[in-house]
Amino acid sequence: MKEFQYTITDQQGIHARPAGMLVKEAAKYQSSITIEKDGKTGDAKRIFAVMALGAKCGNTITVKVDGADEAEAAAAIESFLKANL
Amino acid sequence: MHTIKGQGVCGGVAFGRLELLKKASKLIQRSHVEDTDKEWERFENARAKASAQLKELYEKALNEVGEENAMIFDIHQMMLEDQDYLDSVKANIWEQKLNAESAVGITADNFADMFASMDDSYMQARAADVRDISERIISILTDSSNTGIKSDTPVIVGAEDLAPSETVQLDKSKILAFVTEKGSSNSHTSILARTMNIPAVIGADGIMDDKNGGADIIVDGFTGYIYVNPDMQTVLEMQKKKDKSEAQKALLAKLRGVKPVTKDGQQILLYANIGSNEDMPAVYANDAMGVGLFRSEFIYLESKTYPTEDEQFAIYKSAAQKALGKRVIIRTLDIGADKQVDYFEMPKEENPAMGVRAIRICLTRPEIFKTQLRALYRASAFGKIAIMFPMITSVSEVRKIKEICAEVRKELEAEGIPFNKNTELGIMVETPAAAVISDKLAEEVDFFSIGTNDLTQYTLAVDRQNAAADAFCDTHHPAVLRLIKTVVDNSHKHGIWTGICGELAGDMSLTELFLAMGVDELSVSPGLILPLKQKVLETNVSEIKEKLLSELE
Repeated sequence: MKEFQYTITDQQGIHARPAGMLVKEAAKYQSSITIEKDGKTGDAKRIFAVMALGAKCGNTITVKVDGADEAEAAAAIESFLKANL
Repeated sequence: MHTIKGQGVCGGVAFGRLELLKKASKLIQRSHVEDTDKEWERFENARAKASAQLKELYEKALNEVGEENAMIFDIHQMMLEDQDYLDSVKANIWEQKLNAESAVGITADNFADMFASMDDSYMQARAADVRDISERIISILTDSSNTGIKSDTPVIVGAEDLAPSETVQLDKSKILAFVTEKGSSNSHTSILARTMNIPAVIGADGIMDDKNGGADIIVDGFTGYIYVNPDMQTVLEMQKKKDKSEAQKALLAKLRGVKPVTKDGQQILLYANIGSNEDMPAVYANDAMGVGLFRSEFIYLESKTYPTEDEQFAIYKSAAQKALGKRVIIRTLDIGADKQVDYFEMPKEENPAMGVRAIRICLTRPEIFKTQLRALYRASAFGKIAIMFPMITSVSEVRKIKEICAEVRKELEAEGIPFNKNTELGIMVETPAAAVISDKLAEEVDFFSIGTNDLTQYTLAVDRQNAAADAFCDTHHPAVLRLIKTVVDNSHKHGIWTGICGELAGDMSLTELFLAMGVDELSVSPGLILPLKQKVLETNVSEIKEKLLSELE
């Protein structure tokens, strides 16, 4: 399993648009991908779950990736977050 | 006739027949099913159809309103794929043996509630997206085509709340205006209405009453008023307003984005005077460069007791944000004289215009003043707020005010509350005293704004409330005009700027003179900004300056 943390720097936080893009990115991989914020965990492949985290600018999220393509998936999600959030 | 008051989110006046759009989910028949597999298949088919519709809508919106607004339909498609949403529908069909439309309805309620309970207004507004996608599936399942306009001729569309897909789907050539019962100025309805530039009123409680359907109504997107079955007098009045707003729109189309610069290159700022946040749409519609006078007293006049810091903060913050970085000059409490507020329990005065009013109340009751200043400074973190103090007569008053402001800043800093330390502080010059010592006052503040109504009444010793004295109230009296020139000159000597926010600012027969004096800003009611801009564009200051100024001597 791969795990990393990321602090959101985008002013608007994970609002609908980046949530949608993140879900699309996560869906490309077989591995299970979860996002955790303040004890709440959401499946990164489910848009409502990602939005329900209510992650805002300044919040730190923990991403956990587990599965056959975890190394690749974790790298992709991390670079997505850096580029968009 | 009856009147409904909502919140205008897009200006303009529309006359027309009201057509109510009812949602398919209001018509759901709840029933139990035996063949759950078949019911699930019904749902899946409807979902596939809904997804195809959304794809089409995305393309349509892309062309009509641009990618930023179209993106929402892409997100809606993803919402339709969401496993949690599907699991919930599945459980309702398979375990509760509910028909597909009820299963979707219940799921929509649960997910919408989840968003509505989040502590963030953006996420709260997403409840509408959940309802929108669910509504789409339900109307496919129930085979109802309720979402379209039935009339062949243009109508005013009434709805509980318009979902983003509906606003795009509707045939726009048939829409004269939008009226919704719910919605916020952040909602898709408001945003799209403004993009399309159609009059829109939200929060119009009671509009969905069946007896309003088919009625002739008038929508005033400026004030938020809706007149159902209007009487003749209202029709005539509103027709006038409509003609004026359409003439204005034509003028705007020509002048929008054009800077008010005279033929010989002299610039001036044209700002708007407003009485509350509800006037903000008019500020945009008329291309104002900022707000030159935000009269804060409405907050006190509309309240039954002293408005709290948080109440005031919410209003100022909203003004700051709505102004999108433009300057908003908020005048502190200006009551007394003709504006009385019961709970202040001010003793009755023989001559209230010269009594304890405006800043005099603030300085004698600093706790009220500090509450307002704290709210204003807190709002300064959210936009370009400037604070302006009315009824100044002396330097010592201004110094006292600045001390109180410094105290407030210190308190906020100690409490770790963000604010803009460099918030501009200015004064109204509306007493002859202030005008005469404006050289001294200019050393104390960042700007002046001349209140010509009071300046005229005090200079000419004519009571504004006394109609019999009207004949003696010469608003173009050279004494008043000379005082204005003195103030402008003194401000420039000390490197600060002067605006005019009284009635005279909009008096087009004086615009040339004000330009000749070098007035930096004119603040007028929103409707006067464009005609004034026209006037500025036509003026050549160098040609007239000498003559006009010599006439004052």
